[in-house]
Formats: sequence, C-alpha cells, structure tokens
Amino acid sequence: MASDGEEEDFSYFGSALEPLEEDETTKKPTPLQEQTVKDEKGRYSRFHGAFTGGFSAGYFNSVGSKEGWTPSTFVSSRQQKADKQLFRPEHFMDEEVLYRFLGCDLRSKAVTLLDLEQRWRITIGVQLLRRMGWKEGQGLGPRVKRKPRRQRCGTGVKVYGCSLPGEVTEGSQEEEEEEYQPENVTFAPKDVMPMDFTQKADRHGLGYSGIDPHRALYGASGEGSFSTFNADSDRSRNLLGDVQSSKGRKLGITGQAFGVGALEEDDADIYARDTLSRYDTVLAEEEPGDGLYGWTAPQQYKKTKGLDAPGYIGKLLEGFSLGSRATKSKKVYCPPELPRDYRPVHYFRPVVAPGTVSTAMALALEASAGQLSAEAPKGRHQLSATQRRDLLGEGALEGPRSVFELLAAKDQDRLKQVQQQQQAACGAPASRDLSDRSQAPPSRQPWAPRLAALGGGRVAGSSEFKPFVKNPEKQKRYEEYVEKLKGGESDALQSCLDLNMTEWERAREQDEFSQAAALYRPTSVSLSSRFTRGKFAEDADKVEVPEEQEGDVNDKEAAVKMKMFGSLTRDKFEWHPEKVLCKRFNVPDPYPGSTIAGLLKVKRDKYSVFNFLTVPPAPASSGMGMKRESVQQDKSFKAAKAPESRRRSRWDMSAEEKEKGAAGLDTAETSSALHTVEEVGAEQGNPPADKADIEEEESRPSMDLFKAIFASSSEEKSSSSSSDEADEDEDEESSPGVRDAVEPIQPAPPAVSPPVKESGFRAREAGTEEFGPKLPPTLLFGNARLSPDGASGSPVPGCERPEGHGGSTAHHKDRPRKKHKDRQKGKKQKKDKKKKHKKHKHRSKPRARDRAPRGSESSSGESGHSDNGRNPRPTPPLDLLKRLKNLPLAGRR
Amino acid sequence: MAFPAPRPGARLPARSVRRFACGPGAVRAVRFNVDGNYCLTCSSDKSLKLWNPHRGTLLKTYAGHGYEVLDAAGSCDNSQICSCGADKTVILWDVATGQLVRKFRGHGGKVNCVQFNEESTVIVSGSIDTSIRCWDCRSRRPEPIQILDEAKDGVSSVKVSDHEILSGSVDGRVRRYDLRMGQLFADYVGSPITSVCFSRDGQCSLSSSLDCTLRLLDKETGELLGEYTGHRNSEYQLDCCFNESDTHVVSASEDGLVYFWDLVEHPQLLGGENSRFPRPFV
Repeated sequence: MASDGEEEDFSYFGSALEPLEEDETTKKPTPLQEQTVKDEKGRYSRFHGAFTGGFSAGYFNSVGSKEGWTPSTFVSSRQQKADKQLFRPEHFMDEEVLYRFLGCDLRSKAVTLLDLEQRWRITIGVQLLRRMGWKEGQGLGPRVKRKPRRQRCGTGVKVYGCSLPGEVTEGSQEEEEEEYQPENVTFAPKDVMPMDFTQKADRHGLGYSGIDPHRALYGASGEGSFSTFNADSDRSRNLLGDVQSSKGRKLGITGQAFGVGALEEDDADIYARDTLSRYDTVLAEEEPGDGLYGWTAPQQYKKTKGLDAPGYIGKLLEGFSLGSRATKSKKVYCPPELPRDYRPVHYFRPVVAPGTVSTAMALALEASAGQLSAEAPKGRHQLSATQRRDLLGEGALEGPRSVFELLAAKDQDRLKQVQQQQQAACGAPASRDLSDRSQAPPSRQPWAPRLAALGGGRVAGSSEFKPFVKNPEKQKRYEEYVEKLKGGESDALQSCLDLNMTEWERAREQDEFSQAAALYRPTSVSLSSRFTRGKFAEDADKVEVPEEQEGDVNDKEAAVKMKMFGSLTRDKFEWHPEKVLCKRFNVPDPYPGSTIAGLLKVKRDKYSVFNFLTVPPAPASSGMGMKRESVQQDKSFKAAKAPESRRRSRWDMSAEEKEKGAAGLDTAETSSALHTVEEVGAEQGNPPADKADIEEEESRPSMDLFKAIFASSSEEKSSSSSSDEADEDEDEESSPGVRDAVEPIQPAPPAVSPPVKESGFRAREAGTEEFGPKLPPTLLFGNARLSPDGASGSPVPGCERPEGHGGSTAHHKDRPRKKHKDRQKGKKQKKDKKKKHKKHKHRSKPRARDRAPRGSESSSGESGHSDNGRNPRPTPPLDLLKRLKNLPLAGRR
Repeated sequence: MAFPAPRPGARLPARSVRRFACGPGAVRAVRFNVDGNYCLTCSSDKSLKLWNPHRGTLLKTYAGHGYEVLDAAGSCDNSQICSCGADKTVILWDVATGQLVRKFRGHGGKVNCVQFNEESTVIVSGSIDTSIRCWDCRSRRPEPIQILDEAKDGVSSVKVSDHEILSGSVDGRVRRYDLRMGQLFADYVGSPITSVCFSRDGQCSLSSSLDCTLRLLDKETGELLGEYTGHRNSEYQLDCCFNESDTHVVSASEDGLVYFWDLVEHPQLLGGENSRFPRPFV
C-alpha cells in the first residue's frame, strides 16, 4: 500500500541502529547469577528482589531456602521473648546507610546512652567518694602507713602432685611486694569485709562451692587453685589487685602434667624444670593444720591475725567469724544410778491376795523384787466410769440413756410394733424388754430390724443388683424378698425362703439376704439421704437447669428503687465449691462428700417454657381457701381416683382438671368410668369420635390454647378477637344481666369436688412427688378455679365467660393463658395434629360456647336445683374477681 | 455550696506525684503490687509493664499477650504476675525473668479481670463470657478448677478474699461465693456493675455501677449502708476502692477526676486530678 514516495517523506529521529551483520554472534546476556551489585567497599550487596524487581539471592526466584517451601520444625520463641530487646530501624541498617541517613553512628550513641544509664544507677555517695579519690575495694578512713604486712611462715605451701604454675608465681610475687616498700607511701586502710548477704541457693554444705567449670577449664587461671572452697585468701588477693590475672592465661589447668595443647600458644613452660624440692620426700605430719578433713576440707583460714580462738583448729567459713565468747558448755546430767539389785528383766507378777498365798510363795515373790500387790490401789484408768462415780459419791447422770429414748412416744411405739412383728416373724421370742433390745439387737438377725425400721423405700431398687447370680434359684428368692420388703411386708424373709432347706441353711440365707439388701443399696438411695429427692424422672430430652433461680427482677427493681436493699434484693443459694478450690483456699470443704460442684441442678424438659420462666413456687396449700365450702362430695370417686393420679405430673393433673371442669358442665351425672375414658382420650389428643359432646367440651380449652398461641399478646386484642370469634355468643354478650343471673345457679356437679382429706394429701404430694415441669403458682390456680384438683371446676367456665365478654380484668386473662402454656408445652408433639384440628375446633367452639350455657340452663332446669340444694354456695364470680384482684404481686407476669 | 471541711486526720492526695509515659497505647489498668512499691500498667499495645512508681522507672516489659491487656495482679510474694486480656487468655508471668510461666485458655471472650487468691495458688478470672474461672497455679492442669457461671452477663470485676470470691456483673448483680459456708449470695443492684471491692475490714462490699452510684452493701445481709454519688460513670468501666484505713471511698470518674467520699458522712470531698487513666486504681 505504501508507495516509495511516501516512504521518503519519513523524518528520522535519533541515530539509526547499525545494520546487522550476519557473521557477528549475538552478545550473550549476562546470566542472572553474574548480575551482581557491589557496594563502595567491593562487598556484594544482595537484593532479594521483592521491592526492586531484581533477583533473589542464591535461590533464583524461589523462596530463598534450599528446602523450598518445606517448613522447618517449629521452634518456640517463648523463652526468648523475655529478653528480646526492642529493635529500632537503626538496628537493621548498614553502617553506610546509617551514616548516610543520620550522619553519625547511632550505635555508638546507644552505647553512650547505656553508659549514662549505668552511671545513673551509681548512688550519690559512691560518686562523692570517687571524687574524693576513693577507689573501689579500698577501705574508708585516713590513709595509713603500712607495716610489713605479714610474716610468711616458713616455706611456701606444700603442693602435692603437680603444682599449678600460678601458685608458684604467686608466692614469688608476694615476696617481691614485701621487698618493695618505700617509706613515704601511705596506703588506704583495708576494706572491711562487708557482710555477705547472698542467699544460699544450692544444697551444698556451708562454704562449699562446687568446681566452677569456667574457672576450672577456661577461666581465670590466675586464681590458681580452683579449690571448691573459697576462703578469704582469694579475696585478700583480690583486694591487693590481682596481678596474676594480667598474665592472661587461657586455660585453668595447664602445666607439665597435662602437657601442652596443640593450640596453646604459650609453650614456654614445656621444658620447665620440676625441682624435687617441691615434692614431698617424707611421709610426715607437717600438714598445714589441714589434714583434718582430707583434701575436700575447706582451706585453712589464713592465720594472719593471731586472735583465732585457741581451741579452734578448723577453718572459718566465709561470712563467719569466731565468737569472742565461748559458749557455755552444756551441762550433762548423768543418768540415774541404778539400785544394786536391779535386774533389767520385766515380769508380770501374779496378783495375789496376801492370805491366799503360802508364806513360802510370798517370800519367793518378794525375792523376785515385787511386794505383794493385791492391796495396791487400782489406778483411775482401771476403774470404769460407774466405779469412779461411786468413789466420788456422785449420782447417776440424768437424761436419756439411749438414742431410742429421745424419740417421741409415738415413734417408739411404732418401732416397737415393727420390731415385735419382726421378732414374731423370725420366730424369736419377743419377750425381751424393748429398751434392752434397742441397746443390744438380737444377734441372730442383726439386719432385719434395722431394715424394717429404715422402711421399704430405702432398700428399694436393690433388684438391680444381683448378688446371687451364680445361683439363679437363690437370686430369685432374693428378689422376691426384696420385693416383699419394698412392699412393707415384715415377714418377707420368712415367706420367701425355701421350705426344703434345713434350719441352718435357712438361717444362713436369712442373714445373707438381709445383709445383701442392706449393702446393695443403689447409690441413688444412699445419696438421697443427703439430698432432696429428684423431682423429675430422668429422660433423654431433659436438660439440667439450676434448681433455684434468681427471683423475679421486677420486684427487685422496685426494691432497688425504694432503696430497700437486703432480703428483698438478695438471693441465697447452696453452692458447692470444688474440693481442690477449698484446698487451695485453705478452707474446709463445706460439703464434704458432695459430688457436685456449683449450684444444685435438676433436670427439666429441654424445650420447656418453664426453664425460662422464673415463677416463685407458691405454697400448695394456699389455694385451698375457697373450696373449703364445697368439699363433701363423692369420696368414693375420689378414692378411686387417688391411686391412679398419684404419680401423674402436674401437667396431667391440670389437663384432667380442665376436662373435668368442662365435662362436669354438661353431664352432671357422669360416671367415673366415663371420666377415665375421657381422660385417656384427652391425653392421647384424639378423643373418641362417638362422644361428640365430650369432644366438643374437650376442645374448648384447647381453643384457648390456640388463642394464647396465635392471638397477639395484649389482652384487649385477644379478648376482642375471642369476642369476634364467638359470634354466636354476641347475643348473649348483649345481655350480661342474663348471664349474671345464670351464673350463680350454675351447679357444682356432685361428682367433682374433692374431700378435704384427699386434697390435703394432694397438696402434700404437689411438693414432693410430682414430675414434669413446674407449674405457675398454685396460688393463682387455686383461687381462680376453686380446687387445684380440678375435679370440681364448676365455676370455671362461669367466671371465664364474663371476663371474656363483660369488662374483663387483666388477672383473669392471665390465668387461662398460663394454664395453656403448660398445656402447649406438653402437647408440643401433638401440635401438628392440633393444627389440623384447629379449624374445626374453631368452628366447634362457638357451638360449644353457646351450648355450655344452654347446658347449664338445662341443668339448672332439670338437675340444677337439686345440685343447688347440695351445694349451697357456688361462689359468685364477682367475689372471685375481687379475690383475684387482691392477689399478691408475685407470680404475675 | 460549701462542703464541710474534711476531718482533721484525713489527708487526701491532692496532686499527682508523677506521671510517666507508658507508651503508645491506652492504659487499661494500673495496679499496685502487694506492698505498694511497684506498679503494673496494662497497655492496649499488648504489653504489661512493671514500674517503680516512686522513681518512675520502667523495670520490665512483659510481652506475650495477643491483644490488649485488660487487668493484672501481683502475687503475694511478688514473684509472679497474672494478667488477662482481650485475647481470651490469662497469663502467669515470672517477674524476674519476664518469662511466661503458664497460659490459661478457656474463656470464651475477653477476660476483664483477674485476681490471685490469698496465697497466690489460684487465679480467679472473670470474663465477658459470663463465667468466672478459677485456675490452678500449682498443678499443670490446663482446665480450670471450677467455673462459676452463675452470672447472666459479662463479669466486669472480681475480688478475692481469704475465703470469698466477690464478683460484679453487667447483669446488675453482686455475687459473693462463700467457700467456707458453701453458699452463693446474689445481691441485685440493678444497673450494670463496673467494679466491686471488699472493705478492708471485710464487712462490707462496695460496688460501683453505671447509674453513677457507688453502693456500700453489708456483706452479710445485703443491706444498703451507704450510697455515694456525684461523680460521672455511665459508660466506662471505672474502678472504685477504699482507702487504706477504710475512712474514705474512692472512685474514678469519667470527667477525669478521682472522687473521694467520706465513708460515713457522704459529701463528696475532693476531686483529685487524674486525667489519663480510664481505670486508675488498685
């Protein structure tokens, strides 16, 4: 496309490349490893390349190590952390860089700073002294002229074996020093040895220090003798200035005996003559007073001052000086002198009365160094308490002689009875006195009475233990026995023994069984004596929650506002500290033997609402107030009911009670059989279809449940919604007066209200024997629905109704919702089922609602009058309202 | 308004004696050692520093925490230090070597406070994870001796006496665990508690809470013995304590002052200057 003419129009910039010549080889680029950079001094600088785009030193473009990415083994830097100094950027700079950037060598600066800091640590007194000319190591005070210091005694120290060169020179130099002593020179006084306060950190003997390897091998050989004891000879040398150290020997142990190392520079002594004079020629005792302790003994203290205590031959340890006063010699008391005829043999002489023994015998006894001892008074330890009491002329102690007598008379009687039964059962004669027996239980059956006294509950559960597995027959008999014992049969043992056995076998087996029953008690039983009973059965879907929880915050808040601190704001719990914690705190364990730690825990439903509600438990008996009046009916029904409902949970009870309340409405003449059927249906959640009206009634409370769940929480809304739902009720609502007129007539069905006794029993049981989650306080229940047993329940629908329609109060709304909460929880599993039911229940509910009053009306028509006659005071709802209003704050949410 | 003159015997510190620069981070806590000759600063730069407060010299820096150090305490024999921090750990240090002796892990959140027991055999630490853990210094067990998880909210302060553990929690309760009696006393105060402390005579407990009030409670009954107000404390965790003779109550305040109250007569006596430390006291 481009024509030649156009080409010539190009304008050129710069110089053109030289035309390529064919034969010229292309210049090889310098390989990476040869691209080096040198600094000013010709040293190689390395770039790792991350910042400069250069190359990685050594391992090209790799991670910079031979192993590549292989991680090295972890090395903890924890120990180094403590003495890690803080690095500043200067620490990582080259000197040149440092110089370039900062213009000075910072490191030297740092050194001077360090010096400064050290100087700072020297106290002002030392600084002043220094300025006055004092040098370290000198004593204080005016300078003195020194007399010839010492008379070196005779020859130098004898050396055994090969001598150390340092010592030889030492001696000579000291001599030199003595020789040279100009007269006009004064010396600083000798430093007084400061008291040594260094702690003794090792376990060596006093004054002993092991061989310091530094000194022995490499260290200051000038010290020469690396004795394991550092007596003050070393130190005095130090004071004079250590001349030898200036020689600068490298190794501590050198010399002829060890030869000269190859690396040793100082080989001057190789050919040194070892004169014989330095060796011992005689085995003599001219020890320097040191032969006392062998060669490991402490070096002898230099006897420069002659004031060593004369009696002391040993040497002084460092830091010790001889006492000026001799310690008082300990007075030694001689042992008592023995009588001449003493015989060091002990014998027990027979106690003889003087009259009974023949004279010869008495003489013989006397000869054997005893006088007749029969008359010797008994020591007080030989006397019994009563004997002593008699001697002192004191009266007998008053008060119970045994624990048994401390029991109440009633209990004593009971025990007596039990024991007598036991005795009778065992065939033993029951003729012995009771107190006699209580002190000394019959030896034949030591366990049986005790077991019986313990009661059946204590030995219960021993069936899990099979002490006689080897003998299945026996095991069977044993289990039978335990069963009977549990049942409270006193003749359990007798009855379950094999009749074919011999008397002896039987007796043995009796013993075995009773012992086994006592021994093989499950731990839960033995623990139960210490703890409160677990209230709830164990289950898989239970969680542990604290037994007691901190109370409601609201009333505490109020208390705090009123500044009423104290019992109102305080919660007190039993808390078990861990055993180790007590030990560490030096505190005795407050609950010795306790296996738990922390707060006491109980098992609760995992998904229970009540784990999160903190409702103070109300006294169970408080709900009895109202139904005292209506208590007389149907003892037989109740009695039939009692054993069945005994082990049921509160939840079951409340459900049952609801149903009864509902069912009692329309069918006053319900039989007990009908009740049970209905209950079963209610528990299963699908009532039998044929009993239509029962089902309707049953569904009514569950409708409330749904209200509680699905309606919004505010009372006005739910009440309005309920009124909306209850479209058929509205005509009735329009005439509340009619309702009020109807209400009082409403009968308490005869089959419902419980007898007093039963209810009392129930109340007790509520405290002890209930399973399942805690209910809202029975206080509310009891007041609202007249009887916690729920059998009566007569006014319930009555008072529920006006509250739902006529001006209701908050308290009223409270109750049904609570009631349904527990129901809701319990029926969680059935919820989906219920949801299916929901619609038709809603449909059925209005029918139920308008049926109920009709039913009541009809009942008032047919049987109500007679009921009224039987139950004269059905508690008007107004009264109820009042009571509800007067409820204490507790438990209201 | 004129305050009544302080009682003649009481001399209150009125000026700051010394001020030392502790480094870049905020100081989270300052604690004296047992005899008051040294003090520890817990810094948010992950370090714990030992000072001689009388000369103002830094003696040692203990590095090893992974995050802010929140509290520290010295052992009774001055040989060890325990500290805790936002890295969920409690660390036991050797004072002299500066090395880490033990590291206790187990808390689920920031550890707010730490204390030795009387013999320095147990470390008690309170954390934001609502638990108090008692760590054993004697054995090598990695797990705590006991976990006190009764609090419903973070534990802000813990004090230990010879047989009690006193804790203040954000759930507004002062809990006292009595090991000797085996009981737990929970006193409801209402407002989140920032600091608790025993009186020197061991009869009372002082608690400061976020409603700008210090409350003096009787230890045995939980009754309110005194209330001290006037300072400002509504956001931060500030410390309170008694003076050495139990005559005054001292608290920090968010206006940077230290407030002193007479224990019995309540007027606020003096505000000392203390501008830097959010948690200034022993």
